[in-house]
Amino acid sequence: MGSLISQIQAVVAMNLRSLPQRIWMSLATLFAVAIVVAVLLAFLSMANGFQQTVKNTGSESLAVILRAGSQAELNSVITRDQVNLLSEAPGIVRGDKGPKVSAELYVTVDGIKRSSQTEVNLPLRGISESGISLREGFTIIEGRMFEPGKNEIVVGSSVLREFSGFELGNSLRFGKTTWTVVGVFEAGASVFASELWTDVRTLQSQFNRGSSAQVIRVALQQPGDIGAITEYIDKEPRLNMDVKTEAEYYQEQAKAMSDMIFFLGWPLAIAMALGALAGALNTMYNSVAQRAVEIATLRAIGFRGVSAFLGTLVESLVLAFIGGLLGTLAAFLLFDGISASTLGGSFTQIVFSFELSSDAFVQGITLAMIIGLVGGFFPALKASRVPVMVAFSVDP
Amino acid sequence: MSQKQLFELNNVNKSFTKGKEEITIFNGLNMSIKEGEFLAIMGPSGSGKTTLLNLLGGVDRPTAGDILFRGSPINNLSEGQLSKWRAEHIGFIFQFYNLMPMLNAARNVELPLLLKKLSRSQRRNSVDTALKLVGLEARAGHQPSELSGGQQQRVAIARAIVSDPTFLLCDEPTGDLDRATAVEILEILQLLNREFGKTIVMVTHDPAAAEYASRCLHLDKGEFIEKDLAA
Repeated sequence: MGSLISQIQAVVAMNLRSLPQRIWMSLATLFAVAIVVAVLLAFLSMANGFQQTVKNTGSESLAVILRAGSQAELNSVITRDQVNLLSEAPGIVRGDKGPKVSAELYVTVDGIKRSSQTEVNLPLRGISESGISLREGFTIIEGRMFEPGKNEIVVGSSVLREFSGFELGNSLRFGKTTWTVVGVFEAGASVFASELWTDVRTLQSQFNRGSSAQVIRVALQQPGDIGAITEYIDKEPRLNMDVKTEAEYYQEQAKAMSDMIFFLGWPLAIAMALGALAGALNTMYNSVAQRAVEIATLRAIGFRGVSAFLGTLVESLVLAFIGGLLGTLAAFLLFDGISASTLGGSFTQIVFSFELSSDAFVQGITLAMIIGLVGGFFPALKASRVPVMVAFSVDP
Repeated sequence: MSQKQLFELNNVNKSFTKGKEEITIFNGLNMSIKEGEFLAIMGPSGSGKTTLLNLLGGVDRPTAGDILFRGSPINNLSEGQLSKWRAEHIGFIFQFYNLMPMLNAARNVELPLLLKKLSRSQRRNSVDTALKLVGLEARAGHQPSELSGGQQQRVAIARAIVSDPTFLLCDEPTGDLDRATAVEILEILQLLNREFGKTIVMVTHDPAAAEYASRCLHLDKGEFIEKDLAA
């Protein structure tokens, strides 16, 4: 056993030391693997970044209430009477000013994406003071808060970064009305930073929505416990509504998009991996052909076929591993932290940052190693079967 | 010098199939090699010299017949057993040296020792001894590309003898060398035979090289014509 390990070590070392003899083919394989891994990681970091942003938005201490069957805020309608009825529900935190309930209106307005200069939908949320108090991490970082009754908006920091025309002091025309940007806010890496906010009553008036809202947010007495509210709604025939914790609501919103990014990324990476695999096979077959006399000589001396097999396989795995590391590094340098926006659950833009997670890193390296393993296996098999006779009378 | 039989070939047949054609190399070949012999095998191209070398080295198997090594057949051994047998009994010397280009002289010589359970210092001592024997102790750290053809062949000889094998199989060991260097190599082989008792089987085209052997067999169309050179 000890001698077999010595044989394998010696052959592996020889293969690796002979890599410079096949420098261009080895580099081609290495870069092919690196590109595959970088593309995969780009998709995974995109999916992860999107998921993280949406996840950061949801709180277990809040419940989101929509009209029954509504998939998102945009297609929900809640009347003033329903808001009043719901404010009486048990399980809601009650303060000095009454129950902590925020009826919000959510409409879409046009924006121009800086990167592509294309027109996109942006969410304009009508919100009251109680609604703002429910958002942890909300801070005005520039300018001031809007004043109720005026056509004033505050814009999320992500909106300012990704879309043009929302600079402080700018006047914007939404439909037939003109609005002024009076402040910029941050909202703790949540999707709210991708929104425009204004006074709910002003928005209801300017967009002819009467006194209706689209979503009700309430502070829960027990985080995650929506049982009492659900029971109250079930017993009250005038309330035909769905209740979810805010965390659950945003997880559902994110799932479809992150699944799409994930399931687009993997097939693309696999298709590219097949190309890289062909490159790896070619390189390794070439390596075996180039070292046939050396392999046969070692076999003649008494080295076993398994040492030639493992030596070739390890060479392939080492190339793939270095390629995987390079791909990871490239993905980290090129994609990690870059800002992008995509369509969220309410047909509006959500701004998020690519985030390279440790899981994605492991998946990238795993894919590289699979390429190395499959790309090295068959050439390694060939190496282990090189006839010993090849060592004789062959002009190198 | 011992007169025991090292090898016996009994009614050995060897044929190859090339396309639809069957090519017979040996048909009922018989021969024996005694321990301590220096045997040269000569013959024109295609006479079967290399095939015979492959059969003696356990690198190829006969189609029929027996190859006995110290009375035991080797043609029934598995691939793994043959590898072990080669490691224990044979030192190979090739026409084009077959050194590993990425290893220095000492590392090349060390290779057969990796198949044995030896400590690093034991391996180093054996390598030093073998290199000293071929007069290359000062070149231990040189890469093959930094050595002349003769020096490379001397490294190959050191590699072949480092694990103290029973016999040496030499395939045209001077075929790639000039006359003066060839003489140096043949003198080393003669020394190994006469002073260290190594049995040597050498395939060569060169009659001058064959003169260093104690016996020369001429192979033609798979059959031997024997000439005694010992006298």
